Amino acid sequence: MNVRSLMDFQALDTRAETQLGVVEVKVVIGDKTLLAPITCAFKPGQVTAILGPNGAGKSTLMSVLTGQRQPTAGHVQWQGRALQDCPTAELAQVRAFVAQETQVAFDFAVREVVELGRYPHRRQPSQQEVGIPMLAMQSTHVGDLADRALNTLSGGEKARVHLARALAQVWESTSPAGVRWLMLDEPTAALDLQHQHRVLQLARTWTQTQGIGVVAVLHDLNLALRYSDTALVLADGQLLAQGATSDILTPERIGQVWGVAAYPVSRGGFLQYVFEPSAWLP
Amino acid sequence: MSFLQTRPSAKWVLSVGLILLAISFIAGSARGAYAISPFELLNVVWSALSGAADTSPQHMVFMNIRLPRLLLGVAAGAALGLSGALMQGLFRNPLADPGLIGISSGAALAAGITIVMGSVWFPDLPRTLGSWTLVVTAFTGSLAVTLLVYTLSQQDGATRVTLMLLAGIAINALAGAGLGLLTFFATDEQLRNIQFWLLGSLGGARWSAVALVGAVVLVAVCAGMSLARPLNAIALGEAQAALLGVPVERVKRYAVLVTALAVGAVTATTGIIGFIGLVAPHCVRMVAGPDHRVVLPGSALLGAALVLLADSVARTAVKPAELPLGVLTAFVGVPFFLLLLRHFKSRL
Repeated sequence: MNVRSLMDFQALDTRAETQLGVVEVKVVIGDKTLLAPITCAFKPGQVTAILGPNGAGKSTLMSVLTGQRQPTAGHVQWQGRALQDCPTAELAQVRAFVAQETQVAFDFAVREVVELGRYPHRRQPSQQEVGIPMLAMQSTHVGDLADRALNTLSGGEKARVHLARALAQVWESTSPAGVRWLMLDEPTAALDLQHQHRVLQLARTWTQTQGIGVVAVLHDLNLALRYSDTALVLADGQLLAQGATSDILTPERIGQVWGVAAYPVSRGGFLQYVFEPSAWLP
Repeated sequence: MSFLQTRPSAKWVLSVGLILLAISFIAGSARGAYAISPFELLNVVWSALSGAADTSPQHMVFMNIRLPRLLLGVAAGAALGLSGALMQGLFRNPLADPGLIGISSGAALAAGITIVMGSVWFPDLPRTLGSWTLVVTAFTGSLAVTLLVYTLSQQDGATRVTLMLLAGIAINALAGAGLGLLTFFATDEQLRNIQFWLLGSLGGARWSAVALVGAVVLVAVCAGMSLARPLNAIALGEAQAALLGVPVERVKRYAVLVTALAVGAVTATTGIIGFIGLVAPHCVRMVAGPDHRVVLPGSALLGAALVLLADSVARTAVKPAELPLGVLTAFVGVPFFLLLLRHFKSRL
């Protein structure tokens, strides 16, 4: 990626049609409000972390963002259009999603699962079509597992296979000005320490070099501080804060939302925290 | 390493399937209550191809009895194998089979009603439909019950496969009870007819039925093949498949329709032929892996071969009498299945 096109991406950032926006979205199931009316925007070329304690509505927001759940009120704005008006086949070419857990039926090999990520491109295959699944597998360090049966892998290996599938899905831009999105629901939950960093570093690199937009639900605030540009903090279905991650993750807010005391440490220019249980905890 | 998936290529698997089908077809042509030697068989085929008038008994037996029977067997086996693969892929469940959505039980119930109550409830039907009466009612029954199961599985404008599974089990049980009630009221002769129908047979094959069922199955196989890639994506779950751009709802409707038409037409003509729909896809998957682009055509080929093999045993084991085909498909299918299971159990 040359400097010129990187500048193009930054210019695109401010245009509404490249953004992913949530407009007054509300989700109510029965008498339970999962999401209060929420309005927020996601920009391409950035990693946006969705943060919050268990049951805050993070996955609900993610399912609305991906169109898997219809909001009770409000809508999702997708590059200047309402999300529900966009054809799913078209969306699938520019947007990939990795769920918290994906159960794969039957005895598919790793390679076959990653190749499924290319399904949306079957009619207009890329010039590198044959090589893309392997490149995607190598980028998440599962290249050596290509011929293994998926269901014989460990949880963390499976998670990296599904990430590779999502990467394969949005490997190349399908239109010159097309913005691609990668949506990850707790991508690091099953991973060991090293791969937690590798995966988020990879996501960050993709945002910087290819202008892709990454939206990730994260639980580890230090990972969010290190790898995300902006963040949303949710609690009880309310949007408490949105902005640059290091601006909004203050010790006060962490104490208020997560109920733990956060002590800042600075290392290598990154703000990181050491957490301790608050005084009221035994 | 035993984890490694070293799979034969699709071409290899389908070639073996074709060869297997050809062998079963030739074996089925030669064997029977009236045996036709390979040399005589060649003669018959040659005279049929050249259009020469041939009035030898071999020719009569082969052209009028055995060939339609074999072709009906191919259509039946292909429909059952393909539909089994479609249903297992759709339900993401290796235990699914076409009977699950009510096709067989609907046909059986309708056939039972026709056999036992037909002369009382609709005495005029045979006058218009003639010898097709049972076929038409059974086909109608299978479609009606499948439609009922499908309707019961709708929720918020989407088909929920879990609901479909449960509704299918419930409706199958209900149809079974209805059939039980009918056997209670049936005369001995009616009982024997029902029993015969429930065990399946290719004995009723005639050219008109073969043409009709064959056409339906051919269309179903072509339509079913177009679902191969979407079904692969559905293995990741319906939600993920939808995110990959698969029109999940349309795929479901299409798969159910294809299965209902093909298996409905076959079952209405032959009675219930069990086990093929369950076993054929598994056998293919164990050898070739789960890619539906291989599993769907492979299951159709293997299903056809298994039905032909079972039928030639059915015709010859106690000749000149005939064993029920449904019994033989289990006798042929199960050992074959267990053999593969022993060999490939690490891949399950």
